[in-house]
Amino acid sequence: MANVPLLDQKDSRSGFGAGLLELGKRDPNVVALCADLTGSLKMDAFAKAFPERFFQMGVAEANMMGVAAGLTIGGKIPFTGTFANFSTGRVYDQIRQSIAYAGKNVKICASHAGLTLGEDGATHQILEDIGLMKMLPGMTVIVPCDFNQTKQATIAIGAHEGPVYLRFGRPKWPVFIPADMPFEIGKAQILVEGSDVSIFACGHLVWRALQAAEELANAGIKAEVINVHTIKPLDEATVLASVRKTGCAVSCEEHNRFGGLGDSIAQVLALKQPLPMEFVAVNDSFGESGTPDQLLQKYGLDVPDIVAAAQRALKRK
Amino acid sequence: MTKPAPAAASSVSTDELDSICSQVRRDIVRMVHGCQSGHPGASLGCTEFFVALYWSILRHDPKAFSMDGIGQDLFFLSNGHISPVWYSVLAHSGYFPVKELATFRKLDSRLQGHPTTHEGLPGIRMASGSLGQGLSVGIGAALAKKLNGDPHLVFTLHGDGELQEGQIWEAAMSAPRHKVDNLIATVDWNGRQIDGDVDDVMPLGDLPAKWKAFGWDVLICNGNDMAELLATLNEAKSRTGKGLPIVILMRTEMGQGVDFMVGSHEWHGIPPNDEQLARALAQLPETLGDY
Repeated sequence: MANVPLLDQKDSRSGFGAGLLELGKRDPNVVALCADLTGSLKMDAFAKAFPERFFQMGVAEANMMGVAAGLTIGGKIPFTGTFANFSTGRVYDQIRQSIAYAGKNVKICASHAGLTLGEDGATHQILEDIGLMKMLPGMTVIVPCDFNQTKQATIAIGAHEGPVYLRFGRPKWPVFIPADMPFEIGKAQILVEGSDVSIFACGHLVWRALQAAEELANAGIKAEVINVHTIKPLDEATVLASVRKTGCAVSCEEHNRFGGLGDSIAQVLALKQPLPMEFVAVNDSFGESGTPDQLLQKYGLDVPDIVAAAQRALKRK
Repeated sequence: MTKPAPAAASSVSTDELDSICSQVRRDIVRMVHGCQSGHPGASLGCTEFFVALYWSILRHDPKAFSMDGIGQDLFFLSNGHISPVWYSVLAHSGYFPVKELATFRKLDSRLQGHPTTHEGLPGIRMASGSLGQGLSVGIGAALAKKLNGDPHLVFTLHGDGELQEGQIWEAAMSAPRHKVDNLIATVDWNGRQIDGDVDDVMPLGDLPAKWKAFGWDVLICNGNDMAELLATLNEAKSRTGKGLPIVILMRTEMGQGVDFMVGSHEWHGIPPNDEQLARALAQLPETLGDY
């Protein structure tokens, strides 16, 4: 990649594990709970380093959310770990009442989100979780794009007061965010500057968006690529400044087109700067078994899909 | 007139506690009548428990309420619909002005239909109403006390109908796993729920055996007999710190204290009319002063 060099290939869940361990060393109030997925969530290092602050909760996610809420009463900062589906849909009412409505300082950390979970198939590939979480008043929703950013975000949410949903994934994926790049909750990052079309992406699709921007550049189209790692609160100022410059927008996410990043950006555009916008997202369907690359291709989330969406948006200007 | 709650297990007599119960029951029926909404049945049935807890058992300081509760015993109401009894007891024990009881379930009130931290009402540390969640919360708070080296205790209350929620049994399984022996859970074992008798709606089976099988230390008492209730709560306290979580199954009568409400599920969630209110209040002497 010309503008954004590839640094490594690592899974973002390992970034979570590394961040949690670091945070455990920094803050004695940080505690962690896991629902029988310690290895999958890469929480082993924390559990080994701080056994008195790690709680194995078994396959009982509802109880885990309630216990986490209770731990905040006493000043603890609980991080829960399980797959994204079991972190949200399975325990929505527990999160809604005992964490969000009650205003508790729980960090809900969710791995294996989206299609890139791969072969496990649709039961585990939740594509609705961003929507579920962003609808809860007071919930911060963060979808970091690679290993380094997931580590940075994990550390950042430890210092943030209030409930947070942190979404990351399973597969090894390009690492391109420098380890020392500042991470600020709610502050989107312009990774590539451009003047023709704004591409807003989150999570694993940020790298795909960078690849698409390069293809567009080869065709003489200057795409601006913005990593919107925080879906809520959305960085409206950065979104608006970009679209006022480019005149059109594309959103890219590993999520249903209803309820995700695209919806949030479209609402800002509708209210403050009506402009053409296209959506790269799963078209209101469930996923299926396959490799991550096969699934992104089949469900329309790959580089050619982003390029085509950008061209459609440009034509509508 | 408010009667301040003591900071530690006190010498308030059983007669005095029963006298306070009469006032709390007056408040309950007046509150649900005032907004023509709410849940009088189990509120009346649990009155002895709340009065015993706040005037005699909890080590707490109503004037120094803090969300983290460090250095105090904590209580979580899991069956949040019986908020009237809790609000009355919190007010009379000094957490907020008694006159605020008049705002129950009304617009802009801190006394929401179901208890919440959202409006900042002192005495409340968790939202409840959607059933089955409070035992997990109590376990988390008890674990935080252990991590903090805080020797104080955590109490929870659950309805028996609420025990039909699966999360309760997830929580019941987890407390022994983590040696939560600074927690006393209590169950309002009145045998009734909205649709009728628990045995008809969804039987709980051998409830003491179930808790024992999950690894809990089980106590049973008459929850409407103040002397027996106090003795059982104190016995439960003496059993803390011995490696097991404790549950008290309290046999109560829904609607206790009002003759036409007692012993029926019909008053689970309906308010009295003007005539019924007068009949109820005639049975309940004013002892601390009405709001």
